[in-house]
Amino acid sequence: MELELILNTIARALAFSTPLLWAALGEIYTERSGVVNLGVEGMMIMGAVVGFMVGQATGLPYLALLVAALVGTLMGLAHAFISITLNANQFVSGLSLTIFGLGLSGLLGRSYVGQPLNVAMKSVTVPFLSEIPLLGPALFTDQKLLTYAGLIMAIILWFFLNYTRWGMTLRSVGESPKAADTAGIPVNQVRYLAVAFGGLMAGVAGAYLSLAYRPSWGEGMTNGMGWIALALTIFALWDPLRAIGASFLFGAFFYLSFTKLQTVIAPELLTMMPYIMTIVALTVIALGQGKRAFGAPEALGIPYQRGER
Amino acid sequence: MAVAKPSPFNPDKTPHRLTMKGISKGFPGVLANDNVSFDVRPGEVHALLGENGAGKTTLMNILYGLYQADSGSMSINGEPVQFRSPKDAMREGIGLVAQHFHLARRHSVAENIALGLKGTPLIYPVKALEQKIRTLGTSYGLAVDPKAKVWQLSPGEQQRVEILKALIQGAKILILDEPTSVLTPQEAESLFGVLRRMRAEGEAVIFISHKLDEVMEIADRITVLRKGAVVATLDKKEASPESLARHMMGKAVAPLRPKTKPPLDKAVLELNNVWVKNKRGMSALKNVSFKLRHGEILGVAGVAGNGQADLIEILTGLNQPSEGHILLEGKDCTPLGVKGLFEAGVAHIPEDRNHMGIVPSMTVAENLVLRQYRYQPFSRLGLLDWSKVTEFAQTSISDYQIATPSKETLTRLLSGGNVQKVILARELSGEPKLVVAAHPTYGLDVSATALTHDLLLKQRERGAGVLLVSEDLDELLKLSDRIAVLFAGELMGIVDASRTSREAIGLLMAGRKAQA
Ligand SMILES: Nc1ncnc2c1ncn2[C@@H]1O[C@H](COP(=O)(O)OP(=O)(O)OP(=O)(O)O)[C@@H](O)[C@H]1O
Ligand SMILES: [Mg+2]
Repeated sequence: MELELILNTIARALAFSTPLLWAALGEIYTERSGVVNLGVEGMMIMGAVVGFMVGQATGLPYLALLVAALVGTLMGLAHAFISITLNANQFVSGLSLTIFGLGLSGLLGRSYVGQPLNVAMKSVTVPFLSEIPLLGPALFTDQKLLTYAGLIMAIILWFFLNYTRWGMTLRSVGESPKAADTAGIPVNQVRYLAVAFGGLMAGVAGAYLSLAYRPSWGEGMTNGMGWIALALTIFALWDPLRAIGASFLFGAFFYLSFTKLQTVIAPELLTMMPYIMTIVALTVIALGQGKRAFGAPEALGIPYQRGER
Repeated sequence: MAVAKPSPFNPDKTPHRLTMKGISKGFPGVLANDNVSFDVRPGEVHALLGENGAGKTTLMNILYGLYQADSGSMSINGEPVQFRSPKDAMREGIGLVAQHFHLARRHSVAENIALGLKGTPLIYPVKALEQKIRTLGTSYGLAVDPKAKVWQLSPGEQQRVEILKALIQGAKILILDEPTSVLTPQEAESLFGVLRRMRAEGEAVIFISHKLDEVMEIADRITVLRKGAVVATLDKKEASPESLARHMMGKAVAPLRPKTKPPLDKAVLELNNVWVKNKRGMSALKNVSFKLRHGEILGVAGVAGNGQADLIEILTGLNQPSEGHILLEGKDCTPLGVKGLFEAGVAHIPEDRNHMGIVPSMTVAENLVLRQYRYQPFSRLGLLDWSKVTEFAQTSISDYQIATPSKETLTRLLSGGNVQKVILARELSGEPKLVVAAHPTYGLDVSATALTHDLLLKQRERGAGVLLVSEDLDELLKLSDRIAVLFAGELMGIVDASRTSREAIGLLMAGRKAQA
């Protein structure tokens, strides 16, 4: 019984971690370029509603996913335009994006509430791996393709960031835009790309919810996951690989807050855990000597203008 | 990289490597470059001189594509060029070692160098480069570990990274903007070695410095800027430190204010067996004891990082000693914090002007009362009296000759010398008992340096005690009554400034105790 509960938690935590991971990976890239986008929640929910609408209209969930990614990208570009080109406050712009997304998605999705999705993304069972005793069925049966794609994505993004020229370019723009600029790197162009990519990933994260995880639409169905993804970005110390473990952990908390555990621990306490852990992690880093090695990108949140003193 | 070959430098026949013609550039309120014409020949070190705010950095930023000139033209090897970004400038072989380094501090040395480099491989971009950095570093005497993170390096090492970056990019015109202000004398000497080698290889070097002796040592030609305009371009043979100073300021340097009386017998500051732990928990000051008298300037010498910064921190309340006592006019002031020490009459002229000395995005007037604002007459019943603030600001600006468009200008827009004047005006206005000055003339031009020296001597005459920490031995010898030397956190000895020599101090700085 206990074992079953644990295995079940693991399986559901993995499913729950998927949208967190996709969104956080996008935000990690955004922030590594030096831009904060607090609009993750808004981009996710727009991805969710548009994904659902297209999916319902066409019956093609993967086409719907593509459109959702596109919507996320466009919203990311809007944030880039406001915070990079217009040089407005990044935090205000990001927050507006969230509020806008929550509102518009509610409006767009009004007539879809309660409808089940006709053709949802199929669950997959990984051959061989699913036969591993205990963990095999938990981790490799009845999950969605996007779950595994997210894990692979994290590894690719990690490699790209740390071991390629383009990744180095991206990091330099977030660490020292001045150094990057004097090295001939078009700082704002790179930031645009990173922010747009962050939007794309958030769009996918949202679409996962409405096309795969719970193939339906409900107003506000992201339910704060965008904010958890933001906390996750920090908790993972801006590293795609660490984001895998962190998203699993946060996914577990999120799942547990809906389970029978509710009767023992207040669900609010469980949903709070990601934030508490993020604060604890930040404190530990700040107290130790790791700030330089693990801290936020040095130019995070600071717009770059050439020649500004 | 270029192999050493005989210098092709022949001033009459070789075409100019670089020509800048009629360059003008304005910022709100200032004309930073005013119709500047400037050229550099291959195989030449061309020094650019001028007071703080004369427009040297601006001109170099234009040359490097960071700023666009409002008017004027440039050509390289006789070909007209136009730079829209640093990328264009790099393509034409221009390398910049900026006044404030352009390095990503959390990246490794190799990553920083790879950043702008053509032909960097897409995957594992720094692998091949690391070896190249080692080879080139050894060959030029600029050794630095390519895997080290930049934040782990000293300023001198960071500069090596900047120079290596330019060399690896194949710079044919190397710009060095005040390169020696972050270097120890030994490091400066080895930098000159590199410059001489580049000259011998036929490259062009633009060298900016406020130290006239250095300029006389390394430059072939010297161009002097004043208020954005060229006042003279001289061959080294025709120049002397005095004539250069006159060109820069339009007048000769005033001689130093004479000391009219010896220090009093009463100590203003006394340290008794003080120990300090630094942030890593290691002893940064070990059992330091000394007395500083009223009307005395006590110099503190030492190679950077031997405890000077920690000494300043405990004297200004930024840190507390782990053991021992600090007495101010005989009273124990060890536990007083920053505010308490200020109220007790300690003025602090901090090393890091822009971070510790001012709030860069507040106005000049606000920065001038940053310490005093909470006391009479600036504040009454917790409300600021802006007319008093304005009055004080106006007096300070004229007394200290702070060159600022207005008292409402944001302080970050001022040049280094003028930022320092703002700090001096604020700190010295309250007739302090003790002045703690950390590297007060770092990066300042000749006249701002002279003004700073004069103000410190004036405080001495008034009877204040002055603790002067500096890496400039000449400055210490000129101003101090006595000089204390720190090595590895220990006080190696205190010598009489009028009876010592550079060599004697140098030995103490290297950790050899004075013979009793
Ligand atoms: N980005 C900027 N915005 C506004 N004003 C500027 C800017 N850059 C330079 N200035 C102004 O232009 C003038 C020239 O500055 P510049 O930095 O070129 O002087 P400098 O000769 O390099 O001085 P220093 O010896 O202190 O380095 C100064 O009055 C400065 O305040
Ligand atoms: Mg300058």
